[in-house]
Amino acid sequence: MPVGKWLDVGTVDQIEPGTARTLPVEGREELAVFRTMRGEVFTIVNKCPHKQGPLSQGIVHGNVVACPLHNWNISLETGRALGDDDGCVPTIPTKVEGGRIFLLREAVLNPQVADAADEAPKAAA
Amino acid sequence: MNVTVAPDMKGTTGVLSRGRKLVVIGNGMAGCRAVEEILSRDGTRFDVTIFGAEPRVNYNRIMLSPVLAGEKTFEEIVINGQDWYDDNHIQLVSGDPVVGIDRQQKHVITRSGRIENYDTLLIATGSDPFIIPVPGKDLDGVVTFRDLDDVDKMLTAAEKGGSAVVIGGGLLGLEAAHGLSLRGMDVTVVHLMPTLMERQLDEAAGYLLKAELEKRGQTILTSANTKEIVGKDGKVSAVLLEDGTVIPAEIVVMAAGIRPATGLAKEAGLDVERGILVDDHMVTSDPDILAVGECVQHRGLCYGLVAPLWDMCRSLADYATDTPSGYGGSVTSTKLKVSGIDLFSAGDFTSGEDCEDIVMRDASRGIYKRVVVKDSKIVGAVLYGDTADGNWYFDLLKKEEDISDIREALIFGQAFASGGALLDPNAAVAALSDDAEICGCNGVSKGQVVSCINNGAHSLDAVRSTCKASASCGSCTGLVESLLAVTLGEDAVETGPKTMCKCTSFTHDDVRALILEKNLKAIPQVMQELHWSTPDGCSSCRPALNYYLLCAWPGEYIDDQKSRFVNERLHANIQKDGTYSVVPRMWGGITSPKELRAIADAAEKYQARLVKVTGGQRIDLFGIKKEDLPGIWADLNAAGMVSGHAYGKSLRTVKTCVGSEWCRFGTQDSTGLGVQIERMTWGSWMPHKFKIAVSGCPRNCAEATIKDFGVVCVDSGYELHVGGNGGIHVRATDLLCKVETEQEAMEHCAAFIQLYREDARYLERTAPWIERKGLDWLKEALFSDPNTVKELARRFRYSQRFSQDDPWAQRAGGDRADLHSHLAEVRPLQIISEVA
Repeated sequence: MPVGKWLDVGTVDQIEPGTARTLPVEGREELAVFRTMRGEVFTIVNKCPHKQGPLSQGIVHGNVVACPLHNWNISLETGRALGDDDGCVPTIPTKVEGGRIFLLREAVLNPQVADAADEAPKAAA
Repeated sequence: MNVTVAPDMKGTTGVLSRGRKLVVIGNGMAGCRAVEEILSRDGTRFDVTIFGAEPRVNYNRIMLSPVLAGEKTFEEIVINGQDWYDDNHIQLVSGDPVVGIDRQQKHVITRSGRIENYDTLLIATGSDPFIIPVPGKDLDGVVTFRDLDDVDKMLTAAEKGGSAVVIGGGLLGLEAAHGLSLRGMDVTVVHLMPTLMERQLDEAAGYLLKAELEKRGQTILTSANTKEIVGKDGKVSAVLLEDGTVIPAEIVVMAAGIRPATGLAKEAGLDVERGILVDDHMVTSDPDILAVGECVQHRGLCYGLVAPLWDMCRSLADYATDTPSGYGGSVTSTKLKVSGIDLFSAGDFTSGEDCEDIVMRDASRGIYKRVVVKDSKIVGAVLYGDTADGNWYFDLLKKEEDISDIREALIFGQAFASGGALLDPNAAVAALSDDAEICGCNGVSKGQVVSCINNGAHSLDAVRSTCKASASCGSCTGLVESLLAVTLGEDAVETGPKTMCKCTSFTHDDVRALILEKNLKAIPQVMQELHWSTPDGCSSCRPALNYYLLCAWPGEYIDDQKSRFVNERLHANIQKDGTYSVVPRMWGGITSPKELRAIADAAEKYQARLVKVTGGQRIDLFGIKKEDLPGIWADLNAAGMVSGHAYGKSLRTVKTCVGSEWCRFGTQDSTGLGVQIERMTWGSWMPHKFKIAVSGCPRNCAEATIKDFGVVCVDSGYELHVGGNGGIHVRATDLLCKVETEQEAMEHCAAFIQLYREDARYLERTAPWIERKGLDWLKEALFSDPNTVKELARRFRYSQRFSQDDPWAQRAGGDRADLHSHLAEVRPLQIISEVA
């Protein structure tokens, strides 16, 4: 778990499993906080790497969201586009404690794409 | 530490001090196990005193469920009787709980004022049940499920019979419900989450469990939020849910979860987060104080299961006896202790990007197995119905064994994977004898499948339609495919119609037929019964299944909003900048000054950036923000307008010309008929969007011959046209028939729509549907039996009873406000709240 200050952004039960809600950040990128069918919570920038579609409005399956504009599948864990598509959206470290959702402040204010070094090699298309 | 005592002190009495003084707070499973572990390493090092809050000896708390269920007695679950304490010179102080720790003086103080000094203190206070903070939580008759007293309270209540409500559908709650149900009570389980035991199970296994418990007579309410516990004369009488449901109850069991009991540690100034912080040797922030069990937090984790306790106690004892080993955390597995239900879960089964799911479903035997593999290692497993291999998977998981060699056969279990079975599935099938059964559902042998292949069935679909193998539950699809490959050679197998998506081996048509045949009424049920290969589908199959179920079970199936595309979820059209466009309905294209004024006002108030007249004779307001949608709908509703469904796979518009009332060429009242048709058809969900037009004469100003359903009025009646499309491939309609009255035109319209709804594949417009099926088929389907049109129209009207509810009005009234509002807002200079 990364170190730093954590922002309390609300309770888990404000998000229906299998959906997401938006979190605007003044002067910065809007975020989307997802709760999967399994109840895990992830936060990513609310912007598809393809054509900036609002990922918060996509259909969630497993730990993946399908962008509502052109159906790109984005991993909620890494922010990376899956399959043959290429692109990455920043992820925000998120933790749930006592039913409340906490986001890493530094990442909220300055979202970064996941470290490229972690990138699993993509299968040759 | 320097006091040495003779090694064999067991059985001797009268020794006042045998060594350092170890005081244990907590006479539960963790505290006693830690003492046992220490004693087994060094029986003389410590003088032990154990304080227990409960007035009894140490028992196996996890066996309380069988006690409640009447399967065991208290005596049977006692771990250490009084003789254990006596034999080991352990002083047990029960029923007088410790209320304070003085770290300066190094002593503890009990409720009765007793003071006990310690050299080493062990905190094993376990956890407290979480009481949900609702009104009525303190009423008489609200119990938790934590100790024997709770069980006694439940048994007393059960003797009188009546109804019980269990709040919480986790492991503990379900075991309590099972016990009370066996004791003869009417039990309702109220669970906040959509899936039972969601921490241990995925949606599919949760569904099977729910179905089984319901079959046993329990009522299971998921996604149910308790609002209040209602009392009468200070005693529980009912539970009120957020949605207004009232469930009568003589007893309410709170089993909504547990919290580490950290009060004492916190007051003593130890470092506490969710639990008492300990290092790998179970040492707290005070080196003289150890802690173990459910009250601790180790490497960020708190555990609520028994297996980690054993590991922790071993490390603690190693450390306390100067041979430190270190605890590295535990991987946990769970089994539900409800007799007759086999359920196993272990590790992490939240599918990640680099994880691979291996799923096996056997609907006829009620089996669901899922193994999650990452980097050739098992990281999680969920088993339902057949848990025989649970321990084997758990073992592979804990040992992090590389499973690539047995990958193909892994899901079939240990016997198959390691018993020297043939790993090449084709070779395995080739080795079967001719009379070996391939398809259990339809009783088809290998010999029959092979002869049917040799007789020309060269595809999976052909085999299914000729000998029925794999045509029912589909679980033998792989075997049939292997037989095709073995019999014809890999390359000669013809691939049939495309499957619905990568999650299933069935086609759209198969799935629709099976939903009806097998009476499937929920998405997880379809996925289970039809052997979906993914845990919760994908963005292709979820919306399709939602539509098929909605169409098959009108009034019964509850629309699954999270399986809908954004437009249908938000009842507006998403635009490329993430804003929405809003189109109010204009019946037959007719509007009024009042409506136009309301639209103009709304456009200004919500700053629509573009106001455009659509091709469907209505007005589109662009650039509306998600959070403004309920507001603009409320304003449009107030002027009498409803949703135009311009966003849906549904009836869009009925375009009309002015017709005989105004036009000098008009033959019939096309606007009037258009309005009537729109009133009849609006709000209906379809496989794809559906457009209608009514032209008042063959000049066809309403362009009825490129619509899904078009009416062209002529002097002698109404020509009905179908299957037109003005999209990428322009297609003019086919003439379906000619009728004489408006009534007949309406009836045929309803029947045609219903046939399309019931037969076409999801996302198939009428044009490709008719091209695929043929106009002759369509006419045959509608007209070969004189009652069909009437019957289809009846079904359509029935289904419309449930869909003509303006979704805008519901949302404007506050329904699903969460879909339209932000979770929160962050302003960097005035952060909502901060925690270190």
